[in-house]
Amino acid sequence: MSTETAAATAKKESLFSKKNRRLLSDPLDDSNPITVQVLGICSALAITVQLQQAVIMSLSVLFVMIGGNVIVSLLRNMIPDRIRIIVQLVIVASLVIIVDQVLKAFQPDISEKLSVFVGLIITNCIIMGRLEAFALANKPGPSFLDAIGNAMGYAWILLAVSVVQRFLVAERFPCLEWDKSSFSPPVGS
Amino acid sequence: MAIDKNSTGYTFLFSIAMVVVVGTALAFTALSLKDRQDANAADKKMIDILGAIGVDADRSNASDIFAEYVVERIAIDLEGKQVSSTKSPVNPKDKTDPFSIDVKKDYRSSVKSAAKAADGDDAALMAALADEGLTFPLFQCVTDDDQNLFVIPIVGSGLWGPIWGYIALEDDMTTIFGAKFDHKTETPGLGAEIRESFFTEKFKGKKLDVEGAALFSVLKGGAATDEYSVDGITGGTITSKGVDEMMNRTLKVYLRYFQSETRAQR
Repeated sequence: MSTETAAATAKKESLFSKKNRRLLSDPLDDSNPITVQVLGICSALAITVQLQQAVIMSLSVLFVMIGGNVIVSLLRNMIPDRIRIIVQLVIVASLVIIVDQVLKAFQPDISEKLSVFVGLIITNCIIMGRLEAFALANKPGPSFLDAIGNAMGYAWILLAVSVVQRFLVAERFPCLEWDKSSFSPPVGS
Repeated sequence: MAIDKNSTGYTFLFSIAMVVVVGTALAFTALSLKDRQDANAADKKMIDILGAIGVDADRSNASDIFAEYVVERIAIDLEGKQVSSTKSPVNPKDKTDPFSIDVKKDYRSSVKSAAKAADGDDAALMAALADEGLTFPLFQCVTDDDQNLFVIPIVGSGLWGPIWGYIALEDDMTTIFGAKFDHKTETPGLGAEIRESFFTEKFKGKKLDVEGAALFSVLKGGAATDEYSVDGITGGTITSKGVDEMMNRTLKVYLRYFQSETRAQR
């Protein structure tokens, strides 16, 4: 096989090749960011008291994750090595601020309930981890899939925990139900 | 690549370009969403004011219900003189509307440091703030059973950050009809409890001690209370003190207004 054909096959490698599909599916189980890699658990514990919050939080993380991964991947050959973490942080922080502003404008009540946790997406280890470990070394296409995979891996745990919490606590043990509007656990990453 | 992307010059250029791009993007987002955010903040303010007089509202009907119950909006100055008043519908964009007075901003920029320096001495505080040109909003409401109520916004400091609230007074100007408090970053389970109904319920029916040294006291947890005081939150001493401080400081300003007004009516 000449180098030319190898290049041609590489070029033709579809966005949904087996390798790329694994980028989507692995974070859902084998390398789930929360349950296996134990990243981002603070927000996972804090946000799961209400299903609606968990949904909005998951969507926010999905947006930041995709945006961050794709932008970093596009810039990967331009980012100076010495300041790459700062650049990643600036990109993630900007995306988070945008999410926060949009929530304040369109979902003020949920924005109030999520309060600091939207801002703390910046310190969510899943996001910085994927930027550093994947997007910096891969093309935008795979990075995009990797972002969706990891964000969904985060999302389904969040949703599963909040659904279980809702049925178990709210319906089986109503005595355990506290006023969730006033509940906000200690903050950290 | 022709350019060495690890050179100092390139790193600087990259940083500068990044800051410009990010700055522009964020400024654009903030500007384009500002109107909606301001409208949301105005709705929230109306809901809180209505909450102090015991009327429930949500974002969909806040401005209608507000217009129904709040009959007049008055701005007074530090000495208790009326500066302006309006009965027209609320326009959050109108800066001269007493509704638009940003008491939180005033507190941050001048009142906070002055209040700290004055340490409860009202005359000293008045002297320190005399040149600031501050105005204080007052919302006159009428309930379903034709009772006149006055809602006063108050702002102060808790343990970690700002706390604020609304006090509704009955038309004898000394009986508290209702209160509503909120906070930004108080400790959950301790200071953060000031927003809960078990705490705000205690204020209902209490009176302001116009003759006494303190208008009203939030006492340290467990102390005996009289009609001029409520029990503070155990473990939330500094937040409770903050409530005490902001009530006394702010209500004194309004008391000057009420006293001059009641004199005028007689």
